[in-house]
Amino acid sequence: MVEKRGFGTFLVHAVLIVGIAIVCFPIYLTFVGSTLTHFEIIRPPMPLLPGPHLIDNYTQALTQGITAPVGRMLFNSFVMAMGIAVGKIAISILSAYAIVYFRFPFRMLAFWAIFMTLMLPVEVRIVPTYQVAASLGLLNSYTGLILPLIASATATFLFRQFFMTVPDELVEAARVDGAGPLRFFKDILLPLSVTNIAALFVILFIYGWNQFLWPLLITTKPEMNTIVMGLKQMMPTADDYGNWPVTMAAAMLAVLPPVAVVLFMQRLFVKGLVETEK
Amino acid sequence: MEKRVTFDNRLLPYLLLTPQLAVTIVFFFWPAGQALYQSLLLPDPFGLSARFVWFSNFEYLFNDRYYLQSFATTAVFTGFVTLTSMSVALLLAVLADQVIKGAGAYKTLLIWPYAVAPAVAGVMWLFMFQPSIGVLAFYMKAMGFNWNPVLNGSHAMTLVIAAAAWKQISYNFLFFLAGLQAIPKSLIEAAAIDGAGKWHRFRTIIFPLLSPTTFFLLVVNIVYAFFETFGIIHTMTAGGPGQSTTILVYKVFSDGFVGQDLGSSAAQSVILMVVVGVLTVIQFRYIERRVHY
Repeated sequence: MVEKRGFGTFLVHAVLIVGIAIVCFPIYLTFVGSTLTHFEIIRPPMPLLPGPHLIDNYTQALTQGITAPVGRMLFNSFVMAMGIAVGKIAISILSAYAIVYFRFPFRMLAFWAIFMTLMLPVEVRIVPTYQVAASLGLLNSYTGLILPLIASATATFLFRQFFMTVPDELVEAARVDGAGPLRFFKDILLPLSVTNIAALFVILFIYGWNQFLWPLLITTKPEMNTIVMGLKQMMPTADDYGNWPVTMAAAMLAVLPPVAVVLFMQRLFVKGLVETEK
Repeated sequence: MEKRVTFDNRLLPYLLLTPQLAVTIVFFFWPAGQALYQSLLLPDPFGLSARFVWFSNFEYLFNDRYYLQSFATTAVFTGFVTLTSMSVALLLAVLADQVIKGAGAYKTLLIWPYAVAPAVAGVMWLFMFQPSIGVLAFYMKAMGFNWNPVLNGSHAMTLVIAAAAWKQISYNFLFFLAGLQAIPKSLIEAAAIDGAGKWHRFRTIIFPLLSPTTFFLLVVNIVYAFFETFGIIHTMTAGGPGQSTTILVYKVFSDGFVGQDLGSSAAQSVILMVVVGVLTVIQFRYIERRVHY
């Protein structure tokens, strides 16, 4: 930058550190809460430094939990997040391929039908979507958790944009060499799309993992709960009910996988976020 | 923009489109059609039959004090979440853009809360501010402030706004930082040579050049506060106390699933679809225009 004076730089760093401290504090406190005993928490103020009960609380959360073992809920969340990410990518890349590389009647109609789904987030159409899922017998099933959420206009657009930038010469070369549309898709287009797929996967995994309202409606059995919605069920409602440290341990476990994805795949995450900006 | 070279095949494109269109029709268009249809019906008290009542559900809603109040609540909530989250993020992004040492570390530490689910953010913030056990609530009360979000509506509102804004800082920060880094350094240096101070440079050069990013984030934040904060409301206040934190999306849920008032809930869904439609159009028009910046 233009000015490089000692005090100014110091102030910039100081404000940034304060900002980060504020942003990180809720998670730090959750971590501290997960290392204490229930008794220490319900008698405020609780200590602000971690206690010695980390292993006990996490073991109890994972194996017993409060409504259902958190280990089971983590597994459900993982299945749901993977299903949504893989499903969305698979159906979107196929439909984007059809829309970009073929000319057929009703092409624009199909495009607009997919586009319209942007205007219908699940929060807006919850009651009728629930009724449809229930009438199809999808309650308390992985299919019910995944299928209604995998149609995605955003992913279809992203692939469409990307396919538009792929040079036409590649198609011509493939056709001269006698490759049909499926061969071209498998051997040329798919390998070219790997980075886009990976970036999208990171964003969609977090999206799927963090779903709350849909699992809340579709799962009534505790053993089918996902961790993010199960956490709400675990929250102590009165002092004599529940267990705050175990709930906080579950909260830490709920944020760990998506946070790890963001930290370890930061480049892909930023790429995905910037490109899926709708 | 269209491809010049395409494949000829009659059946294949339809087969490729089938999975996406099937899911879209079953889980988007069918329910949306149901919502439209149910919004025109009035079920009897036992839910056995329904009468076609034209627009009386809508008429009823727009005369319902609670529904109009929910509009106001949503406006206050959305306004404060957007303003708080964007201004904090802008400040942090401007500062992070200036540092040379440790820029990567600052960025990493500021973006990871993006991965925290809104519902989990709600649980974490409740853990700090719940009046009976929250440690920050304890210190607030120790300082003589009568903090009670369980009974006081504006305290509850402040709390959900804080949690919702906190969750969105990462996203805004990332986009502001990218926007700042795209501004040519030569412009800023030229202004500095002409004697413009830091604040003057920010106000007359950086902020105007950042306006496409700001506008984009404004729309995204409004959509976020409208639709994606359900988890925060549900875990922290469940719309209470009274109706003080019942935003529109929460009311669709509570009237439909808790109150079992399907006609009204469907009518509310239809109104929200119109809202999302308008926001989506704004977003797309803007993205088309942004290319020229």
